[in-house]
Amino acid sequence: MTTLSLLRTPLHEEHVALGGKMVPFAGWEMPIQYPTGIVTEHRAVRGAAGLFDLSHMGEVYLRGPGSGAAADHLVSSDIAGLEVGKARYGLLCNERGTIVDDVIVYRLEPETYLVVVNASNREKDVAHMRRYVPSNIGFEDASLDTALLAVQGPRAAVVLASVTDLEIREATVESLAPFGVIGGRVGGARATIARTGYTGEDGFEVFLPWDRATGPWSRLLAAGAALGLMPCGLGARDTLRLEARYSLYGNEIDETTDPIEAGLGWTCHLEKDFVGRDAIANAKERGPSRRIVGLVVDGGVARHGFPVVHDGALIGTVTSGTFGPTVSKNIALAYVPVALAKVGTDLAVRIRERDVPAKVVKTPFYKRAGEKQ
Amino acid sequence: MSSVPDELRYSKEHEWVRTDGDQVTIGITHFAQEQLGDVVFVELPGKGATVKQFASLGVVESVKAASDVYAPVSGEIVERNVKVIESPELVNSAPYGDGWLVKVRLADKVELEKLLSPSEYRVHIGETAPTGSD
Repeated sequence: MTTLSLLRTPLHEEHVALGGKMVPFAGWEMPIQYPTGIVTEHRAVRGAAGLFDLSHMGEVYLRGPGSGAAADHLVSSDIAGLEVGKARYGLLCNERGTIVDDVIVYRLEPETYLVVVNASNREKDVAHMRRYVPSNIGFEDASLDTALLAVQGPRAAVVLASVTDLEIREATVESLAPFGVIGGRVGGARATIARTGYTGEDGFEVFLPWDRATGPWSRLLAAGAALGLMPCGLGARDTLRLEARYSLYGNEIDETTDPIEAGLGWTCHLEKDFVGRDAIANAKERGPSRRIVGLVVDGGVARHGFPVVHDGALIGTVTSGTFGPTVSKNIALAYVPVALAKVGTDLAVRIRERDVPAKVVKTPFYKRAGEKQ
Repeated sequence: MSSVPDELRYSKEHEWVRTDGDQVTIGITHFAQEQLGDVVFVELPGKGATVKQFASLGVVESVKAASDVYAPVSGEIVERNVKVIESPELVNSAPYGDGWLVKVRLADKVELEKLLSPSEYRVHIGETAPTGSD
């Protein structure tokens, strides 16, 4: 793929000016890291704050009468029970009960739902959603009109608050509940602000008009600089989410995995009807034959696709692996047979033809202080 | 320190060699560590192992990827850097100092002539910079 065919976010020039190392990702040209490097960016998010450009993510709106029921039918989690001004994680599944994508649904107004999807799946998701959404319901793929910034870390609230005016006068950025959503202005631009993220830290995601993204980006960088905020690329986003044991589509989950074996059964509200519900209910009743476990690998970095070995036999596959800068260990997620999934089980990962010891550990690998299980 | 010190010789694969009699110290260059990003794991052969010029010597892993390190000369490993195995980030912070990888007893001094001079290496990284390890 040549870089000419890649899409660019509205912050492309900003990334280049900051020395961002631009790489192809899901059809986009994205910063994987800035000159200080992935480990420093990762630590900035854990200790202070990080600013991410996530404008490659997809945004799909469902609007009007019946939009709530349509979203509830598409998404595995309880969208019918979602209050206005709240967001919820869930899955798009197919009739076979395997995973089309993982999404966050935001109920912005009584009859306006925003579904945020992975960039790599956007076109597939739009086709999938259109198949199930009745034609009388407003359906808009606003991905290329919507920029998305994430401010993440223990100082995210104070940095964001310093450049934000909320549309409800009594509300404050600091008092927004986890998974809460509110309108306002960020760096002068009209924004939708949600207390959501993918790092294992407190943080916010800020939706902006495509052509108004550079002002808020610069204002946030300037406001955060004295507090230790750094621009962060997709490299740190991956190490942060892996320590927090969040699934990445294409690694832990895809159309060959079901929510039960992926450890995402909790997102499936089986009391309602949704696409894939019956197959998932069956999978749950049968019980999975394999499960995702966390591994700590002692003597090498396990990577996506590496074999997992027990007593010399191949028994599973690594879905994601990295050095975890905060836990200071080589960590991985892998599918293994249920009988070998117990915490404390000694396994191995085959790294460059060598079987390197790996132990099944409790996940998440990292949990921020005060966060409930 | 210069990013291409004058007293060293270089391989096209971005290893450096410091000669001291019939013994050489080997590491990866400033340019290489910059391309790799944060080094988090180093795998090196032990004392007594033999290596062949331009064949794999070991592996350096960054957060994102594993990269082979090639032996710039043939010979026998006389020491591997235990400090760099414990603290792989030394490859980033001191690629020509505490971040060295192995010391090798040279099998054939003539092999050094196949390596690049500092000025040749400067041209090499200016003209054919690799696209990175991602």
